[in-house]
Amino acid sequence: MIKEIINLISLWALPSVILIILTIAIFRKVPIYEAFIEGAKDGIKVCFNIIPYLVAIIVAVSMLRASGFIENISAALSGILIKIRLPADVLPLTIVRSLSGSAALGVFSDIISNNDINSYTSKLAAIMMGSSETTFYVLTVYFGAVGIKKYRYALLTGVCADFIGIIAAVAVARLFFS
Amino acid sequence: MNYIWYFLIVISIVFGAINGKLLDVAGAIFSGTELAVKVVLTLLGIMTFWLGIMKIAEKSAIVDFLSKLLKPLAKLIFPELPKDSPIIGDIAMNFSANALGLANAATPIGIKAMEEMQELNNDKESATNSMCTLLAMNTAGFQIIPATVIAILAANGCKNPTDIIVPTLMVTSIAFVCAIFLAKIFQKIFPPQKKNEVSSHD
Repeated sequence: MIKEIINLISLWALPSVILIILTIAIFRKVPIYEAFIEGAKDGIKVCFNIIPYLVAIIVAVSMLRASGFIENISAALSGILIKIRLPADVLPLTIVRSLSGSAALGVFSDIISNNDINSYTSKLAAIMMGSSETTFYVLTVYFGAVGIKKYRYALLTGVCADFIGIIAAVAVARLFFS
Repeated sequence: MNYIWYFLIVISIVFGAINGKLLDVAGAIFSGTELAVKVVLTLLGIMTFWLGIMKIAEKSAIVDFLSKLLKPLAKLIFPELPKDSPIIGDIAMNFSANALGLANAATPIGIKAMEEMQELNNDKESATNSMCTLLAMNTAGFQIIPATVIAILAANGCKNPTDIIVPTLMVTSIAFVCAIFLAKIFQKIFPPQKKNEVSSHD
């Protein structure tokens, strides 16, 4: 029952947003086609502005992943982590999820194929996956689009919030699934 | 950002050497650039489409309506933005799109809000408090239903994939609220070098 409602919401979220906007606009006699073209032109400009920022950050993150650094860190910290019931398998996900969305998806798939899908480890990984956003990517794209080079405290805020998210995920997963 | 970028690259090279993966690290430079272009190409279509839709929303006063609706809340979270600014409507739509799991729609709308904030910014290279707050909201990744994760769990034979909804919502809400509070605390600790935002009181 819950599953069907979720599927229905997922299915209708996007079409209904578009339908509502277009319908209100038509009733208010907005020339929707011209307005669309006018707005869409900005999209091209914004995208080209982002390229240098994206290349800089995605290359650096790709290099970091290729270097094996994340595996080193996971191995070094695994002793402490078992004590707070953060399985060693999940640790790479806590680091990767802030850096790269596609990599996080890969790590998540690894975790659920190496562990029982109904286990605490898989559920914890799923909660982390569902509650995370790729902090580095978001900062790069948003600031890159408008040409901001000094992020001030934005990265610190994102990283701290990610860390709080990890702790909260472990706490909540222990409450619900262990 | 200069130091962070430097450290990402230095750590990669040093650990690549230690782990004997220097070849992979060098290869990652090229695969990274390729990936960046792929991301931009995907973004290009999405961005064009949603900024088009957003222009319609703006012209039909939907954005203004949302701005007025959320004025009291916005005054609290974004005190530096001018009263009745359409930026608040854009932020509201960015938040709603994120909450509904429509990341593709949320990004262009959020960038539109960033552009409007940049117009009010006197120091075009440095982020304003409002920008940092908006990004805190976005990096926290608030989402009502993690549809992608549920789909993956279901596809891999999970018996009750939907039982992660409530726990995930709890975690994401905690992170979201904390992110906003942290942004508010950090803005006092790291003030802008110049006074860089048009005040709402003049």
